[in-house]
Amino acid sequence: MRCTYACGTADHAISRRGFLGGISAGLGLASGFSGLISPAVSAELARKERQVLLVWLHGGASQLETWDPKPKTATGGPFRSIETSVPGVRISELLPLTARQMHRMALVRGVNTKEDDHGKGYTLMHTGRRELPGQDYPHLGSVLARFLGSEQNPLPGYIHIQPGGGGVSGGEAAFLGPKYGSLVLGNGQPPSNTTRSGALSDAGATGREALRHHLNDRFTTRRRTAATDAYTTTYEQALQLMQRRDVFDVTKEPARDQERYGSHDLGRHCLLARRLLESGVTFVKVSHSNYDTHNENFDFHLEQVGEFDQAFSALLDDLAARGRLEHTLVIVMSEFGRTPNINYLYGRDHWSAAWSIALAGAGIRPGTVHGKTNANGTAVVDGQVHSGHLFHTYLRAVGLDPSDPFDVNGRAIQIADPAASAIKELLA
Amino acid sequence: MTAPASNPAPAPAAPAPAAEPEKIHVAKEFAQKVPLIACRFDPAGRFVFATAEDDTIQRWSLETGKNAVLAGHESWVFALAGHPDGKTLVSGGGDGQLVWWPADAERPEPLRRVRAHKGWIRSLAFSPDGATIASCGNDRIIRLWSAADGAPLLELPGHDRPVYRLLFTPDGRTLISADLRGRIIAWDYRPGKEAKRLDAAKLYHYDGGQGVDYGGIRDLALSPDGKLLACGGLVDASNPLGAVSNPAVVILDWQSNKELRLLRPKEDIKGVIWGLRFHPAGFLIGASGGTGGGILWFWKPEQVNEFFKFPLPNTARDLDLHPDGLRIATAHHDGKVRISLMRPKPA
Repeated sequence: MRCTYACGTADHAISRRGFLGGISAGLGLASGFSGLISPAVSAELARKERQVLLVWLHGGASQLETWDPKPKTATGGPFRSIETSVPGVRISELLPLTARQMHRMALVRGVNTKEDDHGKGYTLMHTGRRELPGQDYPHLGSVLARFLGSEQNPLPGYIHIQPGGGGVSGGEAAFLGPKYGSLVLGNGQPPSNTTRSGALSDAGATGREALRHHLNDRFTTRRRTAATDAYTTTYEQALQLMQRRDVFDVTKEPARDQERYGSHDLGRHCLLARRLLESGVTFVKVSHSNYDTHNENFDFHLEQVGEFDQAFSALLDDLAARGRLEHTLVIVMSEFGRTPNINYLYGRDHWSAAWSIALAGAGIRPGTVHGKTNANGTAVVDGQVHSGHLFHTYLRAVGLDPSDPFDVNGRAIQIADPAASAIKELLA
Repeated sequence: MTAPASNPAPAPAAPAPAAEPEKIHVAKEFAQKVPLIACRFDPAGRFVFATAEDDTIQRWSLETGKNAVLAGHESWVFALAGHPDGKTLVSGGGDGQLVWWPADAERPEPLRRVRAHKGWIRSLAFSPDGATIASCGNDRIIRLWSAADGAPLLELPGHDRPVYRLLFTPDGRTLISADLRGRIIAWDYRPGKEAKRLDAAKLYHYDGGQGVDYGGIRDLALSPDGKLLACGGLVDASNPLGAVSNPAVVILDWQSNKELRLLRPKEDIKGVIWGLRFHPAGFLIGASGGTGGGILWFWKPEQVNEFFKFPLPNTARDLDLHPDGLRIATAHHDGKVRISLMRPKPA
């Protein structure tokens, strides 16, 4: 869906932080997501910047080898459960370091998303809605970049660190406009082409930029669209990124931290995430691949969850120690979980009927376990939720009101699924 | 060592008949309801033991089929080793425990437990003199124990990935260990010194797209003349998470440490070699499981392709060769141990 700014007002040019701060001034529906910030939290938000860290366990991590182990059952597999820092809450033995962080975390063990397809599950968990033909909804990262981000920060509001290739993913922003899409750092590398050519002098670069501004300003006075805004933003961000390129360099972090986070990709990427959060990026997503373990689930989880445990626990501990966790929402999720049944390849297949996610930080009541599965993990028996509930909960946790509409070409659209609501038990 | 409840079976009076791999057939099945993981004959040849996904060890009498359950682990059991005298079985589990059992007691109960490793124990091996048992697993350390009392004797760090398999040479001087990366270390274990390294890294694959390590040496076998080391596993892992790979065996020259050849199926049959034995007659027996089903492979170590293969009714997860050289035990996902006999089927 394309946002053309048909109203032609200057409201859209206000900074996102300014937008948040101006909530109490009662901007109307036409100005966008005006009522999202409740008055009660607006003062808090003015003081502290809310940020989000999403750790995406790509492929579908097994709930039985992470947050909801079922040892000594037919479905439990070979790993045992261990105590955590919250008495009575046990998680997989593959997470010994994370277990010590449980008093800062919350678990949702009753997730039933009824979607076993990778692509659809991915969309569902990122948007809180099922895919519909002709209707795209913004991903969580874009929503939060749009409504929590700061125009003053030269870094993009939504940065995604993943193994593989980098680039930009404007489509995730849907009707919010492509400038709220993600900047993807492939293999944790800085964005490409962010060093100035040696053939271009300072004076030459300044002259080029002045000319670009002049032409751009003339064009946008009459033909401004979300797309032209994105071009402008991209140029400006690119220039600012060039000046702050060291933000992406984890080798500048102390060697001890690099060791603590791990010498694997996820360790480096989580350390980069810390660096980006400390640089004020609103939404940082770290993808860890791959958990789609149809074959030899236990050996692959041994390796993958081991990496996750080391890097994630170090990052969570650092966020807490540096006073950032209280205003940083942390989410750990996948597109779905994995079957309780163990197949003939020692694998587990796709399973969305009863699985788990983990949360921590801003707005989350620590030590909470919401929802329960039966003895062998095949069904939710208490506190069942779906992705819509989770999406509402994320927004509430960072102080946004998911029930307020957003104006898209004159149509009021609620970004969070109106049929769902936040999980109150999880909210602080 | 605890006294057995009954004596080992007497040695056969007449010379054993020759194995005929091409005549192999499933002679017996021992069944229970839970998928099986590993299997071993006891060195005295009376029983077959198999571990199951319910944390138990199942024992069947080869003669009567009588079943006994050995329950004492807190996780799946991946490793079994019978003392050469046939009186004691030692098991190693995902709980990191070593458990000593009376191999032939009517109702076997644990004799001794040792918290041996952090994480899974993946392989066990008795020294030929029965005095020492070696263990290894996910903590990457090989540990040696007194078989008599479970006392720790030695630790051998050297691998940087989980250690999958252990094997003593028949002269008892060398312990061979093999890991996920296809690295092999030969240990002069009495002083606890690394003697040499060999490489079967062909059986290891790092998949950059999926971000996973896969493969490794799933079993080891030394030729009867001591000249060849066979390493079983997989190659062509184009999709590790989807079980797309081919079973394979790397043959190494034990003296020169060089790879002599890679044995693989004639056809594109998917799977992994889970168990590997040299027959006393000099041919290799491998058991594979995976999307290509359960198959027993028969290779001559000097030929790349098998000279015979025998499809099994269900995916295979482990293999052992009976002391008589005629019977092969395979553990299966369908909960059965199959005893295949390399002799003509009775008319």
